[in-house]
Amino acid sequence: MRYAMAIDTKKCVGCSDCVVACQTENNVPIGYCRDWVVEILDGTYPKLEVEIRSERCCHCENAPCVRCCPTGASHISDGGAVLVKPRKCIGCGACIASCPYDARYPHPDGHVDKCTFCLHRVKEGLQPACVAACPTKCMYFGDLDNPRSDISMVLKNRKWKTLIPEAGTNPQLYFLI
Amino acid sequence: MREVTIISGRMNPRIDPHLEIWHWEIPLYLFLGGLAAGILFFAALSFLLNKEDRFSTAVRISPFLAVIAIFIGLAALLLDLNHKAYFWQLYTTIRLESPMSWGAWILMLVTPLSLIWSAIHINSIFPSWEWKGFLKQLEIFFVKYKKWIAWAMLFSSVILGVYTGILFSAFNARPLWNTSILGPLFLVSGLSTGAAMNIILSKDHAEKALFSRIDLGLIGIELFLIVHMFMGFLASTQVQIDAARLFLGGHYTAAFWVLVVGMGLVFPAVLEILEIKKYKIPAAVPATLVLIGGLMLRFIIAYAGQESRWLY
Repeated sequence: MRYAMAIDTKKCVGCSDCVVACQTENNVPIGYCRDWVVEILDGTYPKLEVEIRSERCCHCENAPCVRCCPTGASHISDGGAVLVKPRKCIGCGACIASCPYDARYPHPDGHVDKCTFCLHRVKEGLQPACVAACPTKCMYFGDLDNPRSDISMVLKNRKWKTLIPEAGTNPQLYFLI
Repeated sequence: MREVTIISGRMNPRIDPHLEIWHWEIPLYLFLGGLAAGILFFAALSFLLNKEDRFSTAVRISPFLAVIAIFIGLAALLLDLNHKAYFWQLYTTIRLESPMSWGAWILMLVTPLSLIWSAIHINSIFPSWEWKGFLKQLEIFFVKYKKWIAWAMLFSSVILGVYTGILFSAFNARPLWNTSILGPLFLVSGLSTGAAMNIILSKDHAEKALFSRIDLGLIGIELFLIVHMFMGFLASTQVQIDAARLFLGGHYTAAFWVLVVGMGLVFPAVLEILEIKKYKIPAAVPATLVLIGGLMLRFIIAYAGQESRWLY
């Protein structure tokens, strides 16, 4: 099993519903977020290109945060999802410093917090909260090891990219372009 | 032109607008760790070269300061943790891939070694002190194996010194830190601050002069490593070029070149050379500057590194 997520940058309108859905579903403390929306403007007027991306933890296959965690609190869980065990986390901040995507934050309770791919929902057969809430249906989540899953099909048929692959992290958050 | 905006308003405290996860605690701890490593290294080396009587401050007095430095450093490290009550989780596992983990374990080795070393030299500080009963037995045991303790201290202090730099250089997410030069640079800086502390504490002229010369050599190596660090950055990828620019025109330029390179390395080196040329210069002056420079190096690298990042 290899969970992954893909976001269609051609369909995303940047409404931030995914952000609010995540905050609500996961009880994210006020003022924090596990996912966020970025707008990139390239070029000079009138030749402008806009790309909108809903971003979160890339659940990297070669995760620097898991590597540098001194206690094993950061670990790779089912389907390759990168998770944090709050009761093992000492809050040293090494994983936060090691993430090229700045996808982690110090939870006010002391431990480090991040996107979980909503594994608690996925295990019940539901989609992650962000994917379920997306009004333009621009997000895909599923198992890459299943060649017939939505995500496998969409990655087969569309052009895609990942963020900073040169950081050597092998991210599993794909952006359709 | 390229403009990147987070339109959903990500403003995670201590992450945005740039990383501020580590404050004064980590650089202070790295400085004290390096200082302790330097002191213990010279103590063990002087003893193993049978120079205990000639360099008595380095062997018998300074290690007490190393113990104090280690304990203040450990306190700073604990203060830095966000989940303090769980710090013991560090010692439930050994994770070789994590510098933070083997740093915690090497401290588990260096701390008792420095305590034992100080305990068997306690008469240099308190002449009338006598260990009693079981502790006396322990002292006799440790004195018998002093040579082994010195060897263990020599190796573990080098690992401690290198680790203070590798803690940063292991993060490829922060291009300024992601250079393997930081390990040797922090080690040499730690040794240099250790030598400086020996100069300040020693009352013996020959010992002061020797550590002055050692310190001068170490400053030379440090300058060499700093030049190499920038050569490496400037010949590397865009993110590392940008990282180097923080110090080459960016807003850390003045702090780095004045406080670290100028006041912390070049000026004390000049003073130490003048001293060798028989000019009368109080040895404590360059030594103090070296100590302040070492502290500044850690602070500036820690803060500037958190501002350097990948672009995407």
